Amino acid sequence: MTADPQTHHAVWEGNIEELKGLVSEKAFTGESMILNMGPQHPSTHGVLRVILELEGEEVLSCIPDVGFLHTGIEKNMEYKTYEKSIVMTDRMDYLNPMGNGLVYCLAMEKLFELDVPMRAQIARVVLAELTRINSHLVWMGIGGLDLGVTSTMTYAFREREVLLDIFEMVSGQRMMSTYFRPGGLWRDLPDEFEGAVQNVLDTFPAKIDDYDKIITQNPVFVDRTQGIGFISAEDAVAYGLTGAALRGSGVNWDIRKAMPYSSYEQFEFDVPLGQHGDVYDRFIVRIAEMRQSLRIIEQGMKRLQKEKGPFRSDNRKYVPPPRAELGRSMEAVIHHFKLWTEGFRPPKGEVYVSIEGPRGELGCFLASDGSPNPMRVHFRTPSFVNLSALEKLAKNHMIADLVGIIGSIDIVLGDCDR
Amino acid sequence: MSQPLDPKQTLIDTFGDAIEGSEEFRGELTVIVKAEKIIEVAQHLRDAEGLKYNLLSDITAVDYYPAEPRFGLCYHLYSMVFNRRLRLKVLWSDGDAPVPSMTQLWPSANWEEREAYDMMGIVFSGHPDMRRIFMPDDWQGHPQRKDYPLGYETVQFSFNYDEIAKHKPFAKK
Repeated sequence: MTADPQTHHAVWEGNIEELKGLVSEKAFTGESMILNMGPQHPSTHGVLRVILELEGEEVLSCIPDVGFLHTGIEKNMEYKTYEKSIVMTDRMDYLNPMGNGLVYCLAMEKLFELDVPMRAQIARVVLAELTRINSHLVWMGIGGLDLGVTSTMTYAFREREVLLDIFEMVSGQRMMSTYFRPGGLWRDLPDEFEGAVQNVLDTFPAKIDDYDKIITQNPVFVDRTQGIGFISAEDAVAYGLTGAALRGSGVNWDIRKAMPYSSYEQFEFDVPLGQHGDVYDRFIVRIAEMRQSLRIIEQGMKRLQKEKGPFRSDNRKYVPPPRAELGRSMEAVIHHFKLWTEGFRPPKGEVYVSIEGPRGELGCFLASDGSPNPMRVHFRTPSFVNLSALEKLAKNHMIADLVGIIGSIDIVLGDCDR
Repeated sequence: MSQPLDPKQTLIDTFGDAIEGSEEFRGELTVIVKAEKIIEVAQHLRDAEGLKYNLLSDITAVDYYPAEPRFGLCYHLYSMVFNRRLRLKVLWSDGDAPVPSMTQLWPSANWEEREAYDMMGIVFSGHPDMRRIFMPDDWQGHPQRKDYPLGYETVQFSFNYDEIAKHKPFAKK
């Protein structure tokens, strides 16, 4: 490929000089090969492009190229009022819509000093854990598919359907739920919710055991994952890995335990840890996390039966009044009008809140200048930071292992690119 | 395990003038640091006994337009030992000296700083791979800035085809 440096200096394809410092000297003499993988490769979990430097089948260096799904969500949120931007958060990590909504609502509530009723807090925990199982199921199905365990995908998506039905039941939407609002929930949980979740609690443990067997007792799978993609505990922290990718290396850090939010401190659960920091350990940590999520959901459902209080704060400066109040109270009409036209004006300040998403630390940085629109919203997304460690994880592995490594850090490119 | 130290007081005692101020809001401590000293301050926070902020959670930037200095570059540090957070902030304007790159302390800063450059136009020195990360390589401007309008691309019709094509030197190959 020839390129005229005058006209094509910014186009990457024609100019290997731009990779200087990223690939070894061998690439310039032709001893090693530069290969482009993606962005439409089926096993890269989305539109991820990876530029590989190969010697034979060995990966000498690996340069992930992201941004294909960049939709300017953070920019768009600056042009909407606080409450209207919640819909944008669902579209970031499309496997964890409830979690994205939760972190944004928690950041708003911290900024406004808004209290959330206990029933809403517990409902948030239950739904966030259901979303975690949903996300881990997709990861398990696709991750297994990458490594030749093709049947997991059909099973995982069958189970996921049950969870999506529950999300549809509570919010009216299967994926983009927008169910969490500042101060609580959009509406109370429907009556059918309890039975539907009980069905999950009854059927899922046996199914998770089955998948555990299909995957972790499959000799081909074990051979392809043990000892692959190793990262030590120190490196994992230095590279900012969080979530199961960090705990697979044996670091006991879970934000639900370290800095509990939304009443997680009242729930009993264990934090599964790996020992070896390889692909296999990251897999078994996530499988074990699904069981712990079921434990949390079970406790949450018991609490929900007793907690029958309000599902949303009654602070009318931030929370719109229910429809029934509008016919009786002039004040309610004024609040309704103000909140749905102008929005609310929070105090000036900057807050950072993080939660334990299915992929790791999901943080929201919110800066307010006192106007009804946020001055700056930034999401610290786990896929973005975890993916930046790929070059470290994939170094000196076979190209076939790279697929498993990408699967093991569980990326969602919508989450990464925002 | 040693006792946790007060990060604000320790930094003022150790670095004196390099600490330009601090804020506390909703229980979150922000320490404003001079750009040229940011690496030393962060290294002290990471390594010193009683501080041990070992995880760089996030780097992001805020545009305070039209205030000067215009940008606030925020580093969110977390200490796994003492379970607490700290925000370091560097105030920066266009034309200032580049901010030293945090990649020498935490490799995770690599992409975060590329994002701050791509979206806000903050320049870093000593960064191993300073390219745009989300936007195309030939993109003009930094979209997250306040003076960058929420984008609408003019539709290319036959009457204005040439005029718009002028802005896209790389579209035709």
